[in-house]
Amino acid sequence: MNLTLLILLPLLTAITILLLRNTAQVKWVALTGSTLQLILAFYLLFVFNNERSAGNTAQMLFELQYNWFPAWHISFHLGVDGISIAMILLTAFVVVAGILVSWNITKMTKEYYFLLILLSMGAYGFFVSLDLFILFFFLEIAVIPKYLLIGIWGSGKKEYAANKLALMLMGGSALVLVGLLGLYFSTPERSFDLLALAHFNIPIETQMICFPLLFVGFGVFGGLFPFHTWVPDGHSSAPTAGSMFLAGISMKLGAYGCLRVATYIMPEGAKEYANFIIILSTIAILYGAFATMMQKDLKYINAYSSVSHCGFVFLGIGMLTKTAMTGAVLQMVSHGLMTALFFAVIGMIYERSHTRQVNEMGGLLKVMPFIVSVLFIVGLCSLGLPGLSGFVAEMTIFVGSWQNADTFHRVATIIACMSIVVTAVYILRAIGQTAMGPLKAGFENLTDATWNEKLAAILLVAGILAIGLAPSWLNNLISPATDIITQKIFPMAIGVK
Amino acid sequence: MPNATYIALIPLLPLAAFILLGIFGRKHFKNSAGIIGTFLLLVSTALALYTAYGYFFDYGKVNGVYQKLIPLQYNWLQFSPGLSIDIGILLDPISVMMLVVVTFISLMVHIYSLAYMKGEERFPTYYAFLGLFTFSMLGLVVSSNIFQMYIFWELVGVSSFLLIGYYYDRPSAVAACKKAFIVTRFADLGFLIGILVLSFYSGTLDFNTLIQRLTSPESSELKTAVAASFLGVSALTWGVVLVFIGGAGKSAMLPLHIWLPDAMEGPTPVSALIHAATMVVAGVFLVARLFPVFSMSAPALEIVSYVGISSALFAAIIACTQTDIKRVLAYSTMSQIGFMMFALGVSGSGGENGLGFTASMFHLFTHAMFKALLFLGAGAVIHFIHSNEMKDMGGLRKYMPITHITFLIACLAIAGVPPFAGFFSKEEILLAAYQHNSFIYWIALITSGLTAFYMFRLYFNIFWNKEHEPQGEHHHGEGGFAMMMPLLLLAVGAAAAGFIPFGHFVSSDGAALESEFHFQFSIAPVALGLMGIFTAMWLYKTKNNKPDKIAVSLNGFYKAAYHKFYFDELYQLITKKIIFNLIGRPAAWIDKNVVDGFVNATGSTTQTISEKIKGFQSGKVQQYAIYFLAGVIALAVLFIYVWK
Amino acid sequence: MMEPGLYHLLFISGALFFIGVFGFFTRRNLVTMLMSIELILNSVNLNFIAFNKYLWPDKMDGLFFAIFIIAIAAAEAAVAIAIIINLYRSHGSIDVESAEELKN
Repeated sequence: MNLTLLILLPLLTAITILLLRNTAQVKWVALTGSTLQLILAFYLLFVFNNERSAGNTAQMLFELQYNWFPAWHISFHLGVDGISIAMILLTAFVVVAGILVSWNITKMTKEYYFLLILLSMGAYGFFVSLDLFILFFFLEIAVIPKYLLIGIWGSGKKEYAANKLALMLMGGSALVLVGLLGLYFSTPERSFDLLALAHFNIPIETQMICFPLLFVGFGVFGGLFPFHTWVPDGHSSAPTAGSMFLAGISMKLGAYGCLRVATYIMPEGAKEYANFIIILSTIAILYGAFATMMQKDLKYINAYSSVSHCGFVFLGIGMLTKTAMTGAVLQMVSHGLMTALFFAVIGMIYERSHTRQVNEMGGLLKVMPFIVSVLFIVGLCSLGLPGLSGFVAEMTIFVGSWQNADTFHRVATIIACMSIVVTAVYILRAIGQTAMGPLKAGFENLTDATWNEKLAAILLVAGILAIGLAPSWLNNLISPATDIITQKIFPMAIGVK
Repeated sequence: MPNATYIALIPLLPLAAFILLGIFGRKHFKNSAGIIGTFLLLVSTALALYTAYGYFFDYGKVNGVYQKLIPLQYNWLQFSPGLSIDIGILLDPISVMMLVVVTFISLMVHIYSLAYMKGEERFPTYYAFLGLFTFSMLGLVVSSNIFQMYIFWELVGVSSFLLIGYYYDRPSAVAACKKAFIVTRFADLGFLIGILVLSFYSGTLDFNTLIQRLTSPESSELKTAVAASFLGVSALTWGVVLVFIGGAGKSAMLPLHIWLPDAMEGPTPVSALIHAATMVVAGVFLVARLFPVFSMSAPALEIVSYVGISSALFAAIIACTQTDIKRVLAYSTMSQIGFMMFALGVSGSGGENGLGFTASMFHLFTHAMFKALLFLGAGAVIHFIHSNEMKDMGGLRKYMPITHITFLIACLAIAGVPPFAGFFSKEEILLAAYQHNSFIYWIALITSGLTAFYMFRLYFNIFWNKEHEPQGEHHHGEGGFAMMMPLLLLAVGAAAAGFIPFGHFVSSDGAALESEFHFQFSIAPVALGLMGIFTAMWLYKTKNNKPDKIAVSLNGFYKAAYHKFYFDELYQLITKKIIFNLIGRPAAWIDKNVVDGFVNATGSTTQTISEKIKGFQSGKVQQYAIYFLAGVIALAVLFIYVWK
Repeated sequence: MMEPGLYHLLFISGALFFIGVFGFFTRRNLVTMLMSIELILNSVNLNFIAFNKYLWPDKMDGLFFAIFIIAIAAAEAAVAIAIIINLYRSHGSIDVESAEELKN
């Protein structure tokens, strides 16, 4: 399969949207484009699995390379492995759902959809690039639309949030750029190629400098503590689809970059800094969870819980075992679906009740059974209920973390485990106050979900269930790819036990 | 070997009910939901009985020893080469026994609810949740993998949460369901870490392999697990104790019991099913399942037995003072589970030593019968009176004859009066305790006397005491056939289950255990039980002021017991004051002011500095030229004199 | 009478340069400032020619540079005068102080 299709299709959709004048047409084109993309993503999964079962053991499949700027050795190099495919699937799901929930947007509809599709193109490009320059290029494409989405269609302190988000992410990408240049000049043949860099043993001194640059740079995108503060403000000010994309897709760009670029290329650096990563992520997990407990605004609740959940991703990466890293990728997918769904539900509730404060709501189960049932599902997923995706991811991370036998890792794992209790506390508080209890006055006439909202919710719930009920397919997709990364960190290890 | 398909159907049929009724129930099965759920469960029960028959009398026994069979196993998630979650079915005596208990009690509750829950707005949802619970509980008992058990453990927890919060518009129900979930979740943390510890040292998650590796004396895994220590306690002990914390949370053992009394906010049939007969014994089942590993660690067993006995006594004392009949039953459940727990704690593994194990499982079995009966009977009373409070009751024996008789049978059973079921199982427990630890035996003896007292206090207060004055019309009487049939069936169970030669079927090593009956041994408990009954009769049979006088004379102690020894207040203090105010609030504050403050400070510093330096940008060309010249001269000086 | 040497020329060029700089910094009238710039440019021209004549008499590079500078100075004068005229039209003065819209 030609991977450029994955980038061309959104590009084409975006251009078509720009040419259209009728807003109804814009919506349908966006929906068709993203649905086609979803089908394409499934097709990619299908052919990928076919290739793998046919015995193709190449690290990256469907590779494709054009010389883009030969003088600087920049090439348009694409390829996918299991991790990228998982991410592409996630993106496709979230994009379709995001477009469905913003069906009722009236302000500058065309531009809104154009930006959404553009953002998704950046994400697809990012996940398939094997050349770091191209990867960086797509990363930047994914940043700018966010600024506009929040600044124009947002709510609350939207200018502040948009500025903060854009500046912090730009700061992150500045670090990434410096790190990339460091890598570029460390190789004799001056290459941006991910695989070439990975096969070339970068000098340890360079790794010591470039690893933190790249990890922190991407970490800013992924909400790494203490660079996470754009997350709550950005998410809560963004429009519904914006929050979904932000939490579901673009935070995953960062985590993917940490894993694929920083950790994979610089195993020595990863080893040196692993303990820092573990400390930061453990703090993020527990502290994010406690901070969530105190929030009153549903969007803030989900945003802070995202900080906590993304902490698990970094914890999984920092643990450096194959199982934990697989868990980290599972958590990326799981959290992406879950948090997108959570934001979608919050958006639906907000559209009806015009409030996001939990203490102003109550008893919504009576008037909107569908939406609240979805809220229950997503809440239970967030607190790691078996049968839903969150459980699979978290347990994989815990089991993987526990394979490190020393006290430091043990303590970190136990602290991370504690968050499942705190998560239960804040999720149940939020659900208990909004959905249960006596119905508050003024909410008697609220309506349940419309067709597009139902479709979006069902799509994401299906994704969550597909991972939660039968995690094997995703696990088998991801673990060969994470195995390559951990093999590079511990070349001789047959597994720590 | 058994046919795996129909065994798999036992849990899957209730799951089907859940999916069917959960998704389509509101629209399509508004009235037929109960029938559908009940029918599916009836099939399930039949299959469970058939499986039990097959296992105990046909293929289960090889050379006189019951085998652990795994007719079905499916690799669900592979963590690493050795560690994987395999969803499967493990048949051994305790799991088969539990299959029967769970399906049977659940069926009774399904039938009972047909009448009890009739006319509820969310009737289909109720049956959907019951299906989910039954599915999870069945999945839990047949788990072949410790992680599978954890999975179903959590599912059981969530279905309990959903059912307690069934009346979601009552704030008290919402608070209770949250409390139940969070407290058990906290305990599950221990379970989870325990799993991690045990799986790390045994290198597997599979029950059979794990037990085999951690119990055979020559295995290297056992040696490392015993040798490795943390804070002076061996890793093996840590592992099992942590697992036990999970079990204690689910089984409402001290000090994690606070959720159980509040859980009575759920519909009464749910209390009968979940919070009396099945889910709360999951902790006992967990310890029993891992019993060979527990028995490798003496400190762990000691913890189990002391937690068990203290819960038993503690709950019995509180039960004597409560006035809400469901709460009395809740504390009595906690007390009885304490019995099962310490019976495991005083047991050894294998042969005659395993008497406690058999006794515990036996008590689990009989307790399920009579406790479900008590709850369903209490449900009938509440249905009749529309109140949970004892003061609203009295003299009901004339109005509810069937309920009265069945309730009496259950009370006699739980009080340990021969020949009812509770007598035999409690006798075995006391015998096991007597053989191993006389301190525990004496406490247990006192507790069983107290049990008889508070149960008959309940009985006399409901059915005797003051005369009942009918207010208005009680148009629905006792509740009809659907409510009475389960009571009668369970009464038969509570009366006769004791005669099952339980040791033949369930024992710690699979071989039959002959339990002899010691006549002289049973004199003391029975005498104490009868004493309790007569005391209750003297105090409560007719309306008088003796109880109040006693309460006054025991003022401080009575008050403390009435307030459940202030455990709720203590937890309130810990959660509200300490966790929220000392951790949560500061965390949120730090994030807003320190971490985010740093980001904002970066922004505002940049702004201040640019405000300062923008004065250079005066718009006057000649000033720029001067800066330029100055710059050139400075650079020239630098190049000439500094960087030669 | 002494033949004028390199140093004389450099002295003159230096003097011219600083006169130009002084004029550029002190005058407010744009035309005068332009003239000062011409002085600076011509001092540079003088330098080029002087160095060319005294150090590398067989080469022509300095002369070419001088011619270039003259050409550029002419072009620059044209542009500058156009700007000045426009400034006069919009501000009614050719005082450099009056044009400070880019302040801050």
